[in-house]
Parts: sequence; C-alpha cells; structure tokens
Amino acid sequence: MRFTLALATLTRHRARTILAVAGIAVASALLLDMVMLATGMSDSFRSLLLTRGYQLRIAPKGTLPFDSEATIDGASAIVAALRASPRIVQVSPVLGATLTIDSSRLASSFVLGLEAAVQGDYTVEEGRDLPAAPNALAKNGREGRTSVPNDIDVIDGVVSSAFLERGGHRIGDTISVASGVDAQLRAVSRTASVRIAGRGRFFYIPAETPVMALPLASVRSLLGPRYTDRISLAMAEARGGDSVSVEEARAWIARTQPRVTAISTETAIRQVEERLSYFRQLALVLGAISLGIGFLLVSTLVTLSVNERRGEIAVMRAIGTRKGAILRQTMLEGLMLSGTGIAAGLLLGVLTARWLNTILRDFPGLPASFDFFVWSADAAVRATLLLLVSGTLAGLLPAWRAASMPVARALREEAVG
Amino acid sequence: MIIECTDVTRRYTMGERDVTALRGVSFGIEQGDFAAITGPSGCGKSTLLHLLGAVDVPSTGTVTVSGRRTSSMSDREATDFRLRHIGFVFQRFYLLPTLTAVENVELPMAEAGVARGVRRTRAAELLDYVGLSDRAGHRPTQLSGGEQQRVAIARALANAPPLLLADEPTGELDADTGASLLELFGRLNRDGTTLVFVTHDPVVAGAARRVIALRDGRLVTPQPTAP
Repeated sequence: MRFTLALATLTRHRARTILAVAGIAVASALLLDMVMLATGMSDSFRSLLLTRGYQLRIAPKGTLPFDSEATIDGASAIVAALRASPRIVQVSPVLGATLTIDSSRLASSFVLGLEAAVQGDYTVEEGRDLPAAPNALAKNGREGRTSVPNDIDVIDGVVSSAFLERGGHRIGDTISVASGVDAQLRAVSRTASVRIAGRGRFFYIPAETPVMALPLASVRSLLGPRYTDRISLAMAEARGGDSVSVEEARAWIARTQPRVTAISTETAIRQVEERLSYFRQLALVLGAISLGIGFLLVSTLVTLSVNERRGEIAVMRAIGTRKGAILRQTMLEGLMLSGTGIAAGLLLGVLTARWLNTILRDFPGLPASFDFFVWSADAAVRATLLLLVSGTLAGLLPAWRAASMPVARALREEAVG
Repeated sequence: MIIECTDVTRRYTMGERDVTALRGVSFGIEQGDFAAITGPSGCGKSTLLHLLGAVDVPSTGTVTVSGRRTSSMSDREATDFRLRHIGFVFQRFYLLPTLTAVENVELPMAEAGVARGVRRTRAAELLDYVGLSDRAGHRPTQLSGGEQQRVAIARALANAPPLLLADEPTGELDADTGASLLELFGRLNRDGTTLVFVTHDPVVAGAARRVIALRDGRLVTPQPTAP
C-alpha cells in the first residue's frame, strides 16, 4: 500500500515528475562521468602499462622511459643478467630512433627496434608481424644512400595507421629508410629497404604519430656501430606478479645494475596521479556540484509535494496513519524519484562518457590506448550509492516535516484555506 | 458514557493572534447517541470535534473517550486509538485522488494490518452499505460530491469504530444529497454507531437526537455531564 501510495503521488503530476527525473538523470550522469574521470585516467594508465604484463620499466640511470635521448650501453649484458634472474620471467629490450624515409610522403618516422617474440609495444591488427628471429636480418644495414631494394635484404616492418595514412602507403609496400642524418651522431648514413608487413596498434605512441616497428638488430645496424649494444629501455615482467614480487625485482635491479633506473608500474602510476591531480580535483568539484543538484531537485520536489498535500496528510494522520508510515512513504517518494533518475542517469552517463572520451582521445600526444573515462562497475556502484544516500537525505527533511505536522492545526488551516 | 468532557479549554495561536476557541466546556455523550454540535462560524465547533477525536488535546480540562483520557496518550497511542476507535468524516471528503473508491476504503484497514483479501471484501461490503457498490473502481474525480462523501463514510467505518465524528459533512453538498446523507447517518446510528457531527446549519442539526450548541467557545445551554 505504501509503495502504491508513493507511486500514485509521483504520477499525480506526471510532467513535473518527468522533468524532475530528467534533472536527476542529468545530475547522475554528470556524477558518474566525474567518478569515471577521477579514477579512469589512472586505471587506463595502469591498464596501458600492464597491457603485456610488464610491470617494470628499465631506463638509463636517472631518466624516465623515452624521457630523453639517453640510451643504455652494454645492454646485452644487462638483458642477459635480467633474463638469468629467477625474479624475472621475461625481458623486452627496446631501442627508439628517428629514421628518415625515402619514397614516402613522410620525411621521417619514429622507429622502435624490438624483439618480436617478447615485444610489448604493439599488437598487429592487419597483415603479418615481425619475424621471430631478429638477428637473421642484422646484415640489412648498408653503407651509403644507394638503396635500390633487394628482395634478399628487405626487412619486414609493422607500422601504425598514421604511418600508412600520412605516408600514403599500403601493406605490402616497400620503402627505403635511412639513418645518420643526425648531426650529433656524425654517423655514416645507412639505408635499408623495409617491406610493410603489417599494421599495428601501438600502445604508448599517440594515434596521430607515424611509427614503425623493426627488428632490434636491424635498427642497431641502421644506427651504426655506436648502437650495436645499446637500448633505450627494457620492460621486464617480475615472477609472481604481485606488488611484493615486483618491488623485490625492482630492488634487485637497482642493487645489481647501477647504470639503469628501474621503475615499477605502481611508481609510474603514482607519478602520473600526481600530475593528474588537477583533473581529479576538477572531477571531484563537478561531481559534488552534480550531487548537490540532485539533492536539491529531490528535496524541492518532495517538499512541494508535501506542501500540496498538507490536508491529505493531516487526514491520513487523523484516520490513524502513524507518523513513521508518513515518514516512510514520503521518503519512498524521494527514493523512487532518485532511483528512476539514477537508472536513467547511468545510461546517459555511459553514453556521454563514450562521447567525451572520443573527443578527449583526439588530444595530440596521447597514447592510442589511453582513455579518460573508463567504465567500471565500481565507479557505477559508487556513484549510485552516493546518489541514493543523497536522495534519501534529500527526502528526509520534507518527510520529517510531513510526519511531524500538527494534525489539528493542519486541519484547521485547511478548513480556513 | 462514550465521551466525557470536563471543563475543557483550548487556546492556540493562529498567525500572530492568540485564540481561545473553547472556554470551560463540560458535557457527556452516551454510547449510541446521535449528537450535533452547532453554532456560528468560529464558535469552536471543529476544535471541539478535534478534541473528541484525539487529534488535539485540551489546554486545560479533560476529554475522555471510550474510557481513555486523550491528553495522557502519546502520539503513537493516540494514532492507534483513532485507527481503531474513531471514524472521521470531513467537509471536503479528503479522499486520496490517486486511489480508487475501494482502495480509499481499504486504507485504514491496511494501516491496521488487515490482510489484503479480508480488507478488499470488507471494503466492498462497506461500499454496498453506503450504496456505492457499482462505483468501487472509480477514482474520486469520477464521483459526485455526495458519492465522495459516502466513500469517506465507508472509509470512516472501515475498522468498525464505535464512534463516528463528522465535520460539516453536508457542507459541500446540495440540499437533496445532504438529506440522503443524513438518512445514512440515521441508519448508521440505528445500527449501533455513536455519531457526533458538527454543523452550522440548524436544519441539518435537527436530524440529530441531541444538539450541543456553542457560542464564543461556551455551551449555550448546560448539557448533562458524567455523574
């Protein structure tokens, strides 16, 4: 009966109730989006870093991965030591460079030298991957710029969508790449022919950036003798995978490899979270505002409804309806209003989050796999609980006023009115 | 005696004005009585009815209904007392507009915890008693004023209270409808319900067996009180 009465009260003024529900839905959607934004970026960053299970990044001493052009010399020994350690499951060395490109609309491209079998930088979306045996193509680097592709010497490469689009290439095309134009390196120019074997999605590279993955050995050959034993960074997967094991592995690397800095995913996330604190604060403020709007909407509508029904409520009390029953019924009205608004708001929130995410992901310089809004049941539950508590509290004051109404006085005022 | 009022005074504030609605009123009403409280507008009729119905308590003096002193009841006790011992009928009917006639009649029974099936049967019987069995599924807006007041009477009788209080029950009705309603009150009284109603209309008051006349918060003629 209580539910029927509450529902009947809300449907008495349909247009008003629908408008209030719409308002609560908008406030709920905004709150959900803000909760998703507050947690989404760090969740997305964590997911990005752990895409292939590597929890440790090993960079030249005192630097962050790709933070500078510094490289790690004597990389073979370091990688071998890491691979030999029982604390480490897998190591993926990476050498980054910028190569010039002939026979393309692109003048140059960022290139990642990788070991295909253990790489954690991209996933192939079309065509073929790099060959699994990288050293077989080490001979590809040739002195001079007389690069007429030779079938025997052609290296397979995987490129990004931006590379294909901006370079005007297709999978299967063969292009010529060259190094040694860097004045600082003073290196002799080297060229190689690269066949575009596949298109990949590069996790850490902005979607709009042309990038090419080549076998590590080939990139080293192209860059010349100085890079024969260098890498820009290595990614490592700690055995066990839990935070204690990762920290133990990180500490072991720090102790045994003085020329490198090992950073765990958790540390990187903490650093990113510090940088993203502005976003979180903004999200919190906007979330609090939307919560306040939801509170005021429910409170206003229930107060209005109670004021309109003073006579009715007084009569219900006169015929024997208990104070608690009036309180419960009025609060139920607030909850039903909130509940319907929240349900609609969750749907609206997910849709707007997707739309906003699409816009924000187009920001230049962001990794292709980075999201601002990440759907999580946890975020939805948190937003829903906050709104339900807010809706309950919003209904509490008018409900209390309704229940505590002096019956005789209300009847008297109604009779006069 | 079902009602005993002894030296009842009621003062309250209305806006910024202090009002003394009743001044030293004493009278008693026997079980099975059919009484009308009359007097001009503002003489304290409705205030007296609220005191008899345990929705209000006197500033001084005592009101005892069915052997219970209303001023010593807690809010919860007074509510439960009203639910089971008193039926209320109001001038403006005050049916819940979102419920049907039968649901309105069921409401006090639902509050009393009567099972759904039992209350639906009794509500149908009560609507039949007031001559509205064919209007059970109608909402108040689909009923005439007289029909709405009959539904309100059926609602007041839902928990079979021994005392029925009505505040200007014919006030919003035309003369013919009002007369048929008074006939219904007479039938109710003959069936054993004690009836007290408020009216400013001497003709309507004439339907009662006994008249309690008020002027300026005082009884016009002395009334019999409890021994």
